[in-house]
Amino acid sequence: MPIDVDVAHVAGLARLALSPRQLDRYRQELSAILEHASRVQKVDTAGVTPLSHPLMLSNVFRPDEVRPSLDREEVLEMAPESRDGFFLTSPALE
Amino acid sequence: MKWEPVIGIEVHVELDTASKMFCGCRVSFGDPPNTNVCPVCLALPGSLPVPNREAIERIIRLGLALNCGINPGSVFHRKNYYYADLPKNYQISQFDIPVCVDGWLDVESDRKAFRVGIERVHMEEDTGKSVHVGEGGRIHTAAETLVDFNRAGTPLVEIVSRPDLTSAADARVYAQQLRAVVAETGVSDARMERGSLRFDANVSIRPEGSETLGVKVEVKNMNSFRSLEKAISAEIERQTARRLAGERVVMETRHWDETGGITRGMRTKEGSSDYRYFTEPDLAPMIFDDSWVEAARSTLPELPGPRRERYQRMGLSPASARVLASSDPDLRRLFQDAVAAGAAPVQAAHWITGEITASLRRREASPKDVPLRGRHLAQLTQMVGEERISAGAAREVLEGVITGEGSPSQVARARNLEQISDRVALEGAVEEVLDAHPQAVERYRSGEKKVRGFLVGQVMKVTSGRADPRAVNQILTARLEG
Amino acid sequence: MPSPLLSVVAAGAALRAGETTSVELLASVLSRAEMTESELHCYLNLDREGAMEAARRADEQMARGEERGPLHGIPVAVKDNMCTRGLETTCSSQILAGYHPPYDATAVTRLRQAGAVIVGKTNLDEFAMGSSTENSAYGPTRNPWDTERVPGGSSGGSAAAVATGSAMAALGSDTGGSIRQPAALCGVVGMKPTYGLVSRYGLVAFASSLDQIGPLTRTVADGALVLQAVAGHDPADATSYAGPVPDFSAGLQRGVDGLRVGVVKELDGDGYQAEVSSATDDMLGRLASSGAEVEEVSLPLFDVALSAYYLIAPAECSANLARFDGMRYGLSIKKATAAATMAATRVEGFGPEVIRRILLGTYALSAGYFDAFYGQAQKVRSLLQEEFRNAYQQVDVLVSPTSPTTAFRLGERTQDPLSMYRSDICTIPSNLSGHPAISVPIGLDSKGLPIGFQVMAPALGERVMLTVAAEVERIAGFCALPPPALAPPTEVPL
Ligand SMILES: [Mg+2]
Ligand SMILES: [Zn+2]
Repeated sequence: MPIDVDVAHVAGLARLALSPRQLDRYRQELSAILEHASRVQKVDTAGVTPLSHPLMLSNVFRPDEVRPSLDREEVLEMAPESRDGFFLTSPALE
Repeated sequence: MKWEPVIGIEVHVELDTASKMFCGCRVSFGDPPNTNVCPVCLALPGSLPVPNREAIERIIRLGLALNCGINPGSVFHRKNYYYADLPKNYQISQFDIPVCVDGWLDVESDRKAFRVGIERVHMEEDTGKSVHVGEGGRIHTAAETLVDFNRAGTPLVEIVSRPDLTSAADARVYAQQLRAVVAETGVSDARMERGSLRFDANVSIRPEGSETLGVKVEVKNMNSFRSLEKAISAEIERQTARRLAGERVVMETRHWDETGGITRGMRTKEGSSDYRYFTEPDLAPMIFDDSWVEAARSTLPELPGPRRERYQRMGLSPASARVLASSDPDLRRLFQDAVAAGAAPVQAAHWITGEITASLRRREASPKDVPLRGRHLAQLTQMVGEERISAGAAREVLEGVITGEGSPSQVARARNLEQISDRVALEGAVEEVLDAHPQAVERYRSGEKKVRGFLVGQVMKVTSGRADPRAVNQILTARLEG
Repeated sequence: MPSPLLSVVAAGAALRAGETTSVELLASVLSRAEMTESELHCYLNLDREGAMEAARRADEQMARGEERGPLHGIPVAVKDNMCTRGLETTCSSQILAGYHPPYDATAVTRLRQAGAVIVGKTNLDEFAMGSSTENSAYGPTRNPWDTERVPGGSSGGSAAAVATGSAMAALGSDTGGSIRQPAALCGVVGMKPTYGLVSRYGLVAFASSLDQIGPLTRTVADGALVLQAVAGHDPADATSYAGPVPDFSAGLQRGVDGLRVGVVKELDGDGYQAEVSSATDDMLGRLASSGAEVEEVSLPLFDVALSAYYLIAPAECSANLARFDGMRYGLSIKKATAAATMAATRVEGFGPEVIRRILLGTYALSAGYFDAFYGQAQKVRSLLQEEFRNAYQQVDVLVSPTSPTTAFRLGERTQDPLSMYRSDICTIPSNLSGHPAISVPIGLDSKGLPIGFQVMAPALGERVMLTVAAEVERIAGFCALPPPALAPPTEVPL
């Protein structure tokens, strides 16, 4: 069964400014891929615990110790724009 | 129809660990921008988080202080949303298995006592700080945004209450007493002015007596207990007005506008409600066995609630116990020392919450800045009890002790404040007064008994207030009626 | 000058015997690169100066008797999704054009500590998403055996560089087969270690629970040496394995006598090139002759592993790639608001396959679809791991072809994402389970293209896996063949 994806909504969630043409293309591609991927739904997984980590690790922590931070010049050199030690961006409106 | 509010509070607490939650950068307030940053907290490509064990120990301690259960296993999740001060554009947080669940805080105000349920206490990380500049500095008109990531990755604990609060005033008291618990457990500096504690309120209203919850509005941006109370009041008013006008309340997030005294709707973020939580693959699950939890429990200090109860068992009134229980730790130590030195708990509490607190406030001093000790307070209350000094003189003696003039008895002697209970000396004073006021004596004897008060006052005056009033009364009665 | 096609073992022996120097070895691979790069494009960035300095230092240390181990002085290439301090690291993406990391990935640090000389950064599918290295924003890498064909991917640059001799060994990363599949298509050895054995710190994350760094080398023994250098606990990676690391080179000569080898029934049949199947069968027969007990094993969930993978990997990638937003580093297309800046930067900076996977993963995690897609895939993953565990009760290793086909033509699968995704059908299960797996070249098809043979083992079963792989290599006698698509290396003066 083809799966219809609201690509515009998904692109909004993923912060991607896609053009109408791109939206259309991805809608078709995603539909086909998801149709294939939805084969996982045929597997009986009743009572199965999902696996998020391939290793059986637990309680991995670090001690509360201060380590050297980066040099600010080096940090801001990477920035698209900076001012007075801050990263500068267009207004971050909510 | 009458409407009643239902309020839940979410509190974010910044822990003051030495290093951040997932990297070794220093946790520090007020440093120059972007000086405590590294590949991890800047979300540089390839960096990975490693959790700070101390932060986890602290959240367990705080959870236990709030009577929570500690989940035997707990996992981190990624909470996905885009914002300029969130470096990874996801926050490492917790979703369905937080560290602490199902606790409560017993709250007591002068009006009432009530219990607020704690749904969960979970571990997460703080964001960076944005400064919106240009065109008035208001967020909606900012021309650009400056971002400092020093705060990004600071360990943050979120405490979510159940919707058990029914008034803005109660919400404020809850927040204040929660802050006291946070401060007592030592997990955070709990400094409001630094944003170490931040409050959001979930407010809804429903017809009085109804069991179902109304549509919930989240109110943000309150930076003091006062503004928390005002914001909730304003939001209750706004929702009530809408309902009374037959309009719906919509689910949304609103900002408290302190100067306007109203809550304002925020521009809706697209899809902001879909955080796409999933298990953080970079972090292993946490398992808390009993020995870990019990070790944490053993580090818990006495908390305001149990302390309040203990004071009441010592005989303090509920009000006095409440004030003392949440007062400065040094004042509470003074209380314990005074009681240990023999002071009656009620008297010691009376002096500490009254005159001593006031005196320190006048001097802008803290208890450890002054030479007043528990044994001094014990001696003072003893001198008052034995009527060696009057209540008024005792205040003066206290001032003397606080300013370093010595022990209460030394001060009383030096300042000549000890009561005159010596019969001969008092009789002399009474004679002096009777001689000076023959008309008063006349009026008393002709039946105007209230003149006696005047005569007592005159005796106190000639003795500079040091006469023992009871003895004066006795002598006067004998002289006038005899 | 020494041949650039020397194995690490042979080059190391020559170095220690004083028959050559690190500078000479480097000059040899650089001159090979000089000759092949314009056609193959294995490298995004050849660090000639940095490498020469490191080679000189290695020679000085060697002269002082400070030998750092088997990789001392050996020229090694690094896939460009591993951070190298001060050396541009782009992940083959426009969004990281010009990005110079302020730190080295742990695997890179360990290579340097082992005395290896880092030649440069190799090409890959953007952010390691792809199976052909065609999804590079800087142009594809071509297969040294036939330059009209792809080298596989995503570690195509590393595989082709080792095959052609422009590096003696390389690091790659494997999320769904990205080391093994290009190794198979280029005729080299490619190993994905157990998840957690090599630190991921500094590896630009694609899918965190699947990504693993591993070696691409000309021989199995070389693979063991490179793995030895980079493996081991790293406190900077909370998913790093903290136990002891065995000696991977011990046991390479043991042979397969008495070992139980399971052939995965599901990894054959429709879609498998006949020559790949027959070469695999042939190898199985010869393993049996060498004393292995060969039997067929069925793991039915392998049939849905690809589907599960294409939900889990994109989901994790959708979050991992969220940080590329034009705010702190990399490409930034400034717009009126921060949100618009992010959205414009990301569309401009990411290529179509990356966008496709971000959209796919975002959808699989979104409200209303989570349980049916991502949640269900994680449960299937759990069942698959159980199926693997059961199989390893019966056999010591599982084997299969590494890739259903040999190298395909450039452009052949770019228009149909699903056909490209199927290239990894044999390799994906080991990523989902976190188990180790290795590809060893066993021969050529009728077009003269290499065929890879995959050996899988249980968690931390690298030793038995390498034992079987070494035997496969010995039986096939393949490793010494130089790729014929290019003229054989000639002597070039320093
Ligand atoms: Mg929160
Ligand atoms: Zn940091």
